[in-house]
Amino acid sequence: MSTIDLGQAPPGQRELITPEGVDLRVRLADGGQRIGAFVLDLLFMIIVWIVADIAIHYAYSVAGKDSGEVLGIVYTLGLFVLRSFYFTGFEMTARAATPGKRILGIRVAARNGGRLRAEMIFARNAMRELEFFLPVMVLLMSVFAPYMPRVDGGIILAGVIWTGIFLLFPLFNRDRLRAGDLIAGTWVVQAPKRRLLADLSDDGAEQLKGFDFTPAQLAAYGVKELQVLEQVLRANDRATLKAVAERIRRKIDWTPAMGERDRDFLSAYYVALRGRLENRLLFGHRRKDKFDKA
Amino acid sequence: MAELQLKSRRFRAEREWDWRRLEFLLKKAEGQGARGLTDEELLAVPVLYRGALSALSVARATSLDVGLTDYLESLCTRAYFFVYGTRTRLGERIANFFTRDWPRAVQSLWRETLVALAIFAVSAVAAYMMVSADMDWFDPFMGGMSQGRDPTATTEFLRSTLYHDGDNKGLSGFASFLFTHNAQVAIFCFALGFAFCLPTAALLATTGLQFGAFLALFASRELGPQAAGWLLIHGTTELFAIILAGAAGFRIGWRLIFPGEKSRIDAAAEAGRTAGTVMGGVLVMLFCAGVLEGLGRQLILIDWIRFAIAGGMLTLWLVFYYLPRRWRPTSVHD
Repeated sequence: MSTIDLGQAPPGQRELITPEGVDLRVRLADGGQRIGAFVLDLLFMIIVWIVADIAIHYAYSVAGKDSGEVLGIVYTLGLFVLRSFYFTGFEMTARAATPGKRILGIRVAARNGGRLRAEMIFARNAMRELEFFLPVMVLLMSVFAPYMPRVDGGIILAGVIWTGIFLLFPLFNRDRLRAGDLIAGTWVVQAPKRRLLADLSDDGAEQLKGFDFTPAQLAAYGVKELQVLEQVLRANDRATLKAVAERIRRKIDWTPAMGERDRDFLSAYYVALRGRLENRLLFGHRRKDKFDKA
Repeated sequence: MAELQLKSRRFRAEREWDWRRLEFLLKKAEGQGARGLTDEELLAVPVLYRGALSALSVARATSLDVGLTDYLESLCTRAYFFVYGTRTRLGERIANFFTRDWPRAVQSLWRETLVALAIFAVSAVAAYMMVSADMDWFDPFMGGMSQGRDPTATTEFLRSTLYHDGDNKGLSGFASFLFTHNAQVAIFCFALGFAFCLPTAALLATTGLQFGAFLALFASRELGPQAAGWLLIHGTTELFAIILAGAAGFRIGWRLIFPGEKSRIDAAAEAGRTAGTVMGGVLVMLFCAGVLEGLGRQLILIDWIRFAIAGGMLTLWLVFYYLPRRWRPTSVHD
């Protein structure tokens, strides 16, 4: 709940005071978003890899046998660049997020609220090698590469546990830091793009002409109920509208006129209630919820 | 009550246009970077941002519309990251990195670098002496990576691995493998510093042992200098990179153990920034080493040219890192 303070801040919310002195109340990305973004990025990298693989094979078939060595080197170096600079490159842009993070609406930010510096990005992504790529490479190589001695199940199990510990690391600390975030002084926050939703009072003001609520009827609820009503109106689900409308009518003793529609009633009540609460707010009366006697 | 005019509604109506304009400018800036904006637009962003921020404060205090407050919160956060975020272009950032941040970070790690170098050198010399004395030590040091280059191989075979002439297909594959292997060793050296330095030291020692054992094998067949040329043409760059990565790892581990005045997490973050810069440079060095190894070594078959390149690269790196100079002051924008 981001508007008027109705009690405890939600667990993922952190203070970020701008130089202007306003707390932006950033929210940390949750575990699901982090894992989802990483899986997406991995998927994108694999797609690039497969395309590069096909391109190299095609080039080989066109250029003939002699090109094998050069192509092999280009291929190896290319994969190295992809693996080392995919995350770093994207996180150094203005949006500070890889494509996976962008899709899920999260970004990297400096923990101290300052500028996100390039070296932080290097550090947090170099650690990613330890956390994920190396153990996975070792496992893959031990299974597929001919020149590596076969390893037994024990080592594979150890590799899985190793990766598991690092992958789950963000779930076990308060700020959901990866080992790389810890070293780099960064964290991952939500940066969703929200659209400016229509003001419900536009619609409500029209409807209100047909309704006449008494002050006593408007005194039934507080800010919390108003915000729930806002959610209900925005969701616009017929069954919920009906249930909520009936509940309010009962509570405030409202006899519906002939053919009165639930949504119209709720819209009108919303704008009237908001008007009253707003007015009282200006005189210093803040009514938290219906149990608040202020 | 028919002519009810909510104050919050008027408040929003008066400012909505500014918010939408800020949103539009941010979208443009996020898409194409700051250079996508005209001068006029660039100047408008901070003004609009401060306007939105003050609207957010008001909305939190007086408006009961959650949709509006959420929107303003997200808009202000986005604008904050733009206004107080990195404003330098990527190209300028990279230029700063090469001319200032990278060498300066390497310089500041000189103690750790000396320690890493010492560990590597001692292990290499030890392995060289042990393998020279008794070839049985070769296998334990090299593990499974020698690809037939072991004490049972003939001198002719060993010589051929140093100067193959193009049809020896296995070797460039081996070179690529070594490259990715050593790149991993470097990154591992850095990342394992996190575990309080010890694994980094162990990894540096292992690499030193392999280096020493490898040279000792070839030296026993009177191929010592040739093998050194084969290794060092890229090795001066690559081993230097590994040593720097180890130094970066040491810095992090050391600060985790002895954070000094700061809290442990702040000390680690501070060390991580220096070490991270060095690691950015290490990746560049590894890339150079990869190119030298993949192409230079396959094309250049004459020993003294190999040594000249090895020495040249080493001098280049040393001058680049340690030549005393005046640093350009850090700009407020990067």
